[in-house]
Amino acid sequence: MVGIKTADELNKKFLREGMWPTIFCNGCGHGVVLEYTFWALEELGLDMDKVIFSSGIGCSSRLPGYINADGLHTTHGRAIAFATGIKAADPDFHVIVFTGDGDCAGIGGNHFIHAARRNIDMTVIMINNFIYGMTGGQLAPTAPLGSIATTAPYGNIEHPFDICNLACALGANYVARWGVSHPYQPIKSIKEGIQKKGFSLLEFLAPCPTAYGRRNKLGDIKKHWAWYDNNTILKEDLEKIMKYGTEQEKEQVKEKIPLGVFQDIQKPGFFEAYEKLVDRLKEKESKPKGAKK
Amino acid sequence: MKYKRDPKRIREVLGKKVQFILGDIACVYGGLLAGVSFFGGYPITPASEVAEGMARRLPRVGGVYIQMEDEIGSIAAVIGAAWGGSKSMTATSGPGFSLMMENYGFAVMTETPCVIVNVQRTGPSTGQPTLGAQGDMMQVRWGTHGDLEALAFAPSTVQECMDFTIEAFNLSEKYRNPACVMTDGEVGHLRERIVIPDEKDLKLIDRTPATIDKKDFIPFTNSQTIKNCKVPDFPTFGTGYRTYVTGLTHNEKGFPATDKQPDHERLVKRITEKIMDDADKLVMVEEMNLDDADIAFVTYGATARPAESAMEMARKNGMKVGLLRLKLVWPFPDKLITKLAKDVDKIIVPEMNLGQIVHPVNEYACKHCEVVSAPKIGGEMHLPMELYKYLEGK
Amino acid sequence: MIEVREDWCKGCNICIDRCPVDALEESDILNRRGIRPPKLKEKNDCNFCRLCELICPDLAITVFPDEKEKKPVKKTLLTPVGGKTK
Repeated sequence: MVGIKTADELNKKFLREGMWPTIFCNGCGHGVVLEYTFWALEELGLDMDKVIFSSGIGCSSRLPGYINADGLHTTHGRAIAFATGIKAADPDFHVIVFTGDGDCAGIGGNHFIHAARRNIDMTVIMINNFIYGMTGGQLAPTAPLGSIATTAPYGNIEHPFDICNLACALGANYVARWGVSHPYQPIKSIKEGIQKKGFSLLEFLAPCPTAYGRRNKLGDIKKHWAWYDNNTILKEDLEKIMKYGTEQEKEQVKEKIPLGVFQDIQKPGFFEAYEKLVDRLKEKESKPKGAKK
Repeated sequence: MKYKRDPKRIREVLGKKVQFILGDIACVYGGLLAGVSFFGGYPITPASEVAEGMARRLPRVGGVYIQMEDEIGSIAAVIGAAWGGSKSMTATSGPGFSLMMENYGFAVMTETPCVIVNVQRTGPSTGQPTLGAQGDMMQVRWGTHGDLEALAFAPSTVQECMDFTIEAFNLSEKYRNPACVMTDGEVGHLRERIVIPDEKDLKLIDRTPATIDKKDFIPFTNSQTIKNCKVPDFPTFGTGYRTYVTGLTHNEKGFPATDKQPDHERLVKRITEKIMDDADKLVMVEEMNLDDADIAFVTYGATARPAESAMEMARKNGMKVGLLRLKLVWPFPDKLITKLAKDVDKIIVPEMNLGQIVHPVNEYACKHCEVVSAPKIGGEMHLPMELYKYLEGK
Repeated sequence: MIEVREDWCKGCNICIDRCPVDALEESDILNRRGIRPPKLKEKNDCNFCRLCELICPDLAITVFPDEKEKKPVKKTLLTPVGGKTK
């Protein structure tokens, strides 16, 4: 097991010199996700030269800039498509994509769907704050019904996107959703996601006090963070209550967002299958022409 | 396993030295000879044959072929692969090229070498999918937002489809800029004889890798290994340079400097000057009968073929007609056009669009002679007789 | 003890809010942003659980059990609850 480090030592190892502190607002959850990723990488003990980060546009997509590793900060929504190419260039790479709800579920939805379907070996860390934070609080595809945004001033009437559900349906190898206020489960999950061959999605519900909390009257930072604790429930607990609970209990948890690991399977990843294809062709061609099997 | 170019294997896959093949497949051959190891594509007529040819051959040489979800994803994956150390390419036609414009600009801004084959068809919009045109000649230069220089070839023959794809890789790698092979539906779907060059005759240029000490390395500045070269050394991902690559205006270290005017000016000037400083060296044209010509065709791509026939007809009838064929359309051979305009009385620019390259020709002719556009659209090539009429001034 | 990189702290007070034993409070000093970074209370029950260290969005806090020897706490492994240890 790797030696336990302090946050200070960890920062020296993983942070790019001169970039910190972040551009994020006070009380934002993005920094926490970054730190959880650091801890997970530290635990895994990966060679950081071979860990490549990719990101699109938005608050979450600024994260690779703070990491002392190769990072590709791309165009809006396309991070996953870029990451597909990076992984194709060298199978030794561990590709991690930082993306947001607008970047991944909105403009980049198609790239996300197809990367998950192809089961490309990458870890997508989607930080969901229910809003377009960097552009000033416009409506996001994941925004809950009735929530206020600058482009939905009278309340959102669109149904929100459950991106974890989508990823499960597409057969992604690893799908999990966590909040940011409890460290251990997310760190473990990120670790598992990176280790996993094939596509893994980690969704984080990150508070955005400036653009989301303020407009939706969720109170100050403390209350806003508490909202996430009060409105989420562990997937296992939810299942139990829905099965054995009273009607009243069911009513209480009905609206809550489930957290946990939703899918953990072992489907062969794209590049594993591709290598097999290349080997098959080699074998076929090495046989003399006309020879029967 | 990371891809390594294996000349023997590539030749095994390509087959005989002399072949009778499709223009699109010649682009595939060119890519494979240049050492392409990643192709991300999306089906589109008339460029689908490039993707099909790659899907068949790339796994056999150990490269990766992925059919992406759309053209935006294709070019994105191509750029990603280039940063991972691959030589990568994609192929598309007009509508797909329009979709690629965003990331084409990203490739320019981040100085990523990659090749786009555009088998042009007619538009706007879906247009005539199965028929050729030359409608994207201005789009490749001005289609994406901001200031940039384009590298664009226009092959007239199937042999050139192959040769120019190799050459596009060379220029792209040399200048770290996306390069486009602007073929068209006519040449793309034409079958002709080609001769595959021997390995010893093949001149391949690779990007200059970053080799200096990691502490001293500056990723977005003049080369630190070659003197007086504005093209930065390439810090391939995974080699430990830990580069941050962004499409935002960045300083020399690669970090966002979006609110700093001098940084933006320095960056964008360098990425345009790295090509324009060499523009005179980059001229690639074919001159025919220009020594005594009174009238000259200036043309490129498929249109050069009827223009040549028209020239021959006119020569038989005693008219002094010459032809200048642009092989590399962008950067534009401005000085050459000015010189030509001084020598001749009239320049005719036949194109399969309503007049695109006629504009820079007109600009650089500097009113030394008359410049006439000879457009034809609708998916049919010019007939030599039609162009002959332009020579007669009808 | 806890060490706070004062120039990194943005004053969200998540650490103070989330401390399970209520051992943190705002300090008297102002940093360059004009906010008061956290400090340990004079009398506190800090058991070095490192939650503040893990949860700080700006990576500004480090927990040391011993002021002189700046070594991390061994008893709280980062291996998550219920997880496997290697």
